[in-house]
Amino acid sequence: MLRVSNPIRFAKRRIVLVASLALVVQVALGTPVQADTEFTTGSADPLIEFINQQIGQTWEDNEVKPSAVAEDAEWIRRVYLDIVGRIPSASEVKTFLDDEDAAKRSKMVDALLANPDFVRNYTEVWTNLLIGRNTPDRTSRAGLQKFLRESFARNRPWNEIVYDLTTAEGHFEENGAVNFILAQLQGNVNSEDYHVEATAKLTRVLLAMQVQCTQCHNHPFNEWKQNQFWEFNSFFRQTRRMDHDKYDPETGQNEDDYSELAYRDFSGPVYYEMRNGLVQVAYPKFFDVEVSPTAPNRREELGKLMAYDDPNHTVARAMVNRTWAHFMGYGFTRPIDDMGPHNPASHPELLDRLGEEFVKSGYDVKQLIRWVCNTEAYNLTSTFGKHNDYDNPAAGEVPLFSHMYVKTMNAEQLYDSLLIATNAHKSGAGNFAQVEQQRERWLQDFLRIFGGNEEDEPTMFSGSIPQALLMMNGPLVEKAISAEKGGYLHTVLSNPQFRSDNNRVQALFVSALGRIPTRYELSKLVGAINSNRDKLAAYQDLYWALLNSNEFIVNH
Amino acid sequence: MKTSNNNGMSRRHFMNHLAMGGATTLGATHFLSNLEANAAQVSRDQKACILVWLGGGAPTIDMWDLKPGSKNGGEFKPISTKGDLQISEHLPKIAQEMDNLSVIRSLSTREADHMRGRYYMHTSYVPNPTVVHPTFGSVASYELGSKRKELEIPAFVSIGGGGMSPGFLGMTHAPFVVDNRGQIQNANMDGMNKQRLGQRLQMLGTIEDGFIKSGRGEAGQAHKDVYKKAINLMTSDQMNAFKAADEPAEVREMYGDTPFGNTLLMSRRLVQQGVPFVEVQFPGSWDLHNNVFATLKDQRLPLLDSGISGLVKDLKQRGMLEHTTIVVMGEFGRTPRINQNVGRDHWATSWSALIGGGGLQGGRAIGETDADGLRIVSESYLPGDLWATVSHSMRIPLNTVHTSKRGRPMKLANGGQPIQDLIG
Repeated sequence: MLRVSNPIRFAKRRIVLVASLALVVQVALGTPVQADTEFTTGSADPLIEFINQQIGQTWEDNEVKPSAVAEDAEWIRRVYLDIVGRIPSASEVKTFLDDEDAAKRSKMVDALLANPDFVRNYTEVWTNLLIGRNTPDRTSRAGLQKFLRESFARNRPWNEIVYDLTTAEGHFEENGAVNFILAQLQGNVNSEDYHVEATAKLTRVLLAMQVQCTQCHNHPFNEWKQNQFWEFNSFFRQTRRMDHDKYDPETGQNEDDYSELAYRDFSGPVYYEMRNGLVQVAYPKFFDVEVSPTAPNRREELGKLMAYDDPNHTVARAMVNRTWAHFMGYGFTRPIDDMGPHNPASHPELLDRLGEEFVKSGYDVKQLIRWVCNTEAYNLTSTFGKHNDYDNPAAGEVPLFSHMYVKTMNAEQLYDSLLIATNAHKSGAGNFAQVEQQRERWLQDFLRIFGGNEEDEPTMFSGSIPQALLMMNGPLVEKAISAEKGGYLHTVLSNPQFRSDNNRVQALFVSALGRIPTRYELSKLVGAINSNRDKLAAYQDLYWALLNSNEFIVNH
Repeated sequence: MKTSNNNGMSRRHFMNHLAMGGATTLGATHFLSNLEANAAQVSRDQKACILVWLGGGAPTIDMWDLKPGSKNGGEFKPISTKGDLQISEHLPKIAQEMDNLSVIRSLSTREADHMRGRYYMHTSYVPNPTVVHPTFGSVASYELGSKRKELEIPAFVSIGGGGMSPGFLGMTHAPFVVDNRGQIQNANMDGMNKQRLGQRLQMLGTIEDGFIKSGRGEAGQAHKDVYKKAINLMTSDQMNAFKAADEPAEVREMYGDTPFGNTLLMSRRLVQQGVPFVEVQFPGSWDLHNNVFATLKDQRLPLLDSGISGLVKDLKQRGMLEHTTIVVMGEFGRTPRINQNVGRDHWATSWSALIGGGGLQGGRAIGETDADGLRIVSESYLPGDLWATVSHSMRIPLNTVHTSKRGRPMKLANGGQPIQDLIG
């Protein structure tokens, strides 16, 4: 049964494994660690060293020892999921493992940031953050996506993107940035509450400030006062949505045409009621900076203050915190979008410095990602043990980043990863348009069942029975394990290179999990396949098991 | 009633056994006690709630709180009932059961937009951009579902429609959605023999256990637990509760033998099995901006009348009504004023909901609107008061507080208070 030919060579990987084992041994024995000189991704950026030193200091302070550096196989899957939103294909894994360049990790980060899938992924992530997974009525998801896609593709400075999202006016497809605020404006335009959701959402998502509680009362445990909510709210009062209908001669009815974010005549102050019934007045004010209530365009004033004139760089710090959390599983504050003196950061100096450097870089989003991905912390394994089990944010501890935290794939990552692992969208499919249509249809199904709450911390596993059923018995996985021509299973089983069961099992592992099986797994699973009379069915069952496994659905 | 499998190891146990992986061998006692738990009859005094959702917003002024003599009164006349109140002449069968049901006539809920109203009436909270509140069915699942160890099917079932979000309580408590024939998406086992499934689960166990042992925290085990539940469900005898068609013809007849009636019958079977919360979507919209009277008289009300009256009768006959609260409502009422299209528009200022069972007082009109239905002239109630009343009858402690993901404390039913005239 067993043949010698081994089309996927893992020699390199084994060397890395040995190296990281050596590291474990070294740490375990308490050998004096030559701090910060051992690990590098190959990036020469001096800021990386500063980050490593800062993080390392908290390890020391808390008496934890970091986990080992992740093996290449573990790391490559992680960095693909985080940057381009999908797992690497088997051939992408192999190319990386075979690469002997000492700087291959930092090069991989650069390559992925240049990959069009980065733009697609970040567009999806930010669309969900800005307007949610279920598009509100009369809001153009496509319009917002176009704006974001163009922005990320050109790597526009983040403060410019924020300025546009804050100040945009006009047609919801011609100027897609309007959809962020448009999505928050529903109901009666003359109601005192009309701009409440826009106020709360913008301050939270772009400034990481939770002022919404202060809509009705002073905050019980932070410095925000009720007036602050209404001061921010004042900036939005000159804004309204305009919905345009068109007459359809065929049905004889008016139907939705387009919507726009329009100017609304408003120049006064805002009145709000205190709990004790007293009516107070609020003027547009950004923290300490007062803006004249007669300013012709208040949102423009707000946009300028946020994007260009804020000495505290609130927008930059919010983005740094969010980016760190996107990659590491946790940010420097919990929740990541509630920053301020009442909620001290876990690594304040690091946060300050990253904020400053981000501003200095010209709000370069890709540079920020590069910094995070080249740190030692991002490159550690997610396995942890006695030496750092205290570092457990899931149990409420402050994250120390002494090992990678396991994240659950979101719906889009899971879907796109299933496609990569199986070629399901290609097997038996027709032209490009059909393939795209199929993707849309499947994604709808997935999002309905997996969508959930976009506010979840990515580290939280919130699986449900319908999700499990969809994975176990749904059409996508069914298609994925069919042996149709073009599908991955067919490719493996018909490839003369993969003739032994060992090779085949290995190939399926690499495709689904990005790693080869352990010796125990291999003997157990090859044994199961051999004992089955219907070999094809046995391979289908194995691939089913791989795609349904916990290891597949988490990003570790 | 529950059928138990007498010939040794049931299909579910077989699968369960496999799902636990080859490494685990069940001790004989453990196995035995499992069987016993499985065979145990579901105790009939478990509390439950059936919410019948009238999507679109029903014209409650034409159903539960008629205004004869007013310009807003419309075309229908009130009739007397077995309770101490009158309802629409087009609900004669429900009228015969009104000694078991009451009407809250003074809901004032301010949200007259479909989405916002639907959210508010399901959660007791107005929509808020920073937190998603759980629909009450998810609350019931959270509070009661986990205590019912013998329950293999989800603790919150939504029949015939979307269902709201479990919010910060997490997807474990999401409504389990089935269509109005009780079909569950992706749970069909017909094409799969048990050896095949067994092989898959065994392979899955090998891979999953390796990951769990690799020391990466809780996610690996949590995933395995959910799969175990899903497999239990696929292979559970309790799945029969979804098969309303198995009921004898005379029982189906009692509910009108319509698709809607059968979904109510399914809800009774689910409650009987121990499911604490079932939501049933009424098929067809109540958003009657046009032609309200003819649509009610010819279509909506006859369906509702036979369905709800059948449910009450059936629950009563089985001794389940005492423990099962019924709520019938939509996201708001409709304008007392009749528009130029002989329709009624959205109205949240003064409207009614039907409530009964679960040990609540029947036959009462709670609260009062003025002669034209425009204003409430008694104490008014919020959705939180309604759900607090339901909580009371389901024995969910009123001082229960849940914590949002951001650590904000959220009171049960938004701090609403049970309506005294219903619980008294």
